[in-house]
Amino acid sequence: MESTLDIFVKAIFSENMIFAYFLGMCSYLAVSKTVKTGVGLGFAVIFVLGMTVPINYLIENYILKEGALVWLNPEYGVNGSNTIDLSFLSFIMFIAVIASMVQLVEMLVEKFAPALYGALGIFLPLIAVNCAILGGALFMQDRQYSTIVDATAFGLGSGVGWWIAIVAIAAIREKIRYSNVPAPLRGLGITFIITGLMGIGFMSFMGIDYGGDKSKDDDKKTEVAISEDINIIKE
Amino acid sequence: MSENNEKTKAPAEPLFSKKNKRLLTDPLSDNNPITIQVLGICSALAITVQVEQAFWMSISVIFVMVFGNLIISLLRNLIPSRVRIIVQLVVVASLVIIVNESLQAFVPDVSEKLSVFVGLIITNCIIMGRFEAFAMGNTAWPSMLDGFGNAIGYAWVLVAVSVVREIFGSGKLFGFDVFPEGFYELGYMDNNMMILPPMALIVVGVIIWIQRSKNPSLVEEH
Repeated sequence: MESTLDIFVKAIFSENMIFAYFLGMCSYLAVSKTVKTGVGLGFAVIFVLGMTVPINYLIENYILKEGALVWLNPEYGVNGSNTIDLSFLSFIMFIAVIASMVQLVEMLVEKFAPALYGALGIFLPLIAVNCAILGGALFMQDRQYSTIVDATAFGLGSGVGWWIAIVAIAAIREKIRYSNVPAPLRGLGITFIITGLMGIGFMSFMGIDYGGDKSKDDDKKTEVAISEDINIIKE
Repeated sequence: MSENNEKTKAPAEPLFSKKNKRLLTDPLSDNNPITIQVLGICSALAITVQVEQAFWMSISVIFVMVFGNLIISLLRNLIPSRVRIIVQLVVVASLVIIVNESLQAFVPDVSEKLSVFVGLIITNCIIMGRFEAFAMGNTAWPSMLDGFGNAIGYAWVLVAVSVVREIFGSGKLFGFDVFPEGFYELGYMDNNMMILPPMALIVVGVIIWIQRSKNPSLVEEH
């Protein structure tokens, strides 16, 4: 079994929401023009993921899963006479929880950090349709974490991973403004390619399978990959 | 009343007027949802390792887009604008549940491979984007066309990326071998890098590059 810490670290690095699954790419590409807004949106995502994944975990395990309603009546259990499986409702339930949580965060930010609210503008409501949030809930359902602590660790870890990714790309995009990128690649194209290269860097946290020989010195490879990325970006 | 309406509408605009055709063709290139509007990348690229998955994903998205746009445009005058995002999410979620259950019933192995990404159609930004930008302000038929056009624009990028990745990554197309055995005996190797998720981004980056160098008016100022 994986420990809680394992789950947390894995969610940040080797199963990074952006680099391994491309979740939340829309806001990632749109809000990453400056570091400041990137940081703000990143924190909002950490917060929302950290709240919604445990709530959805409870809903999944006490309402939706096959036999989950056993606490109401033993006959609803997996081996009961009247098993209930509501898992087809999970999409609607998850998205409803997420939409209401996002509304809450939006109201809080508007009240306590108006400057940030102005900077994030349209993208705060769009956290509701940020794939990373729903993706967090669906991966949680898919992987069946054993306790709520593990699920929370996964949620927070994914959020932190997303934050790291958006801050990194925002910093790179601020610098890349001064370099001579081929005209058709400017803006979107180069961002895609950089994200791809960063993704390859992050993948080496679990070791890249080159097909032939399987060497396991992951740390070295990561360093090489990251420094390569940096070199390419500098050029 | 209804007869009157039909009379005034019918001559005003044929089903495939020029304007409606543009709704279909614009998203294919100059206003492509993925390469120009940068929407819907989230749930798309992770499933482009094989053409088969990309194909089923495209079909699902086309279905959800067309009927979602239709339903939203029919309901547009009934939805209070404060809660419209939640209403839109519920409509998409219901359609996606239909898609998910049908995939599980008819193509169970594809459904297993797509895993959570079918659910993620709900948060596909293209769908919400088109609801907000088009279906909330237009009648049913143009909305359906707009949905179809955008979904096709999304689908061709998806399929193009997956064709590149499958041919070079595993030497297959739709699961059939492309390269003859002799190639491998001569020392040709599949490029395993192509199977890794980040390569999808790089392939899309290259598609954007090609598209913008053909049409310089799309080039951005950083």
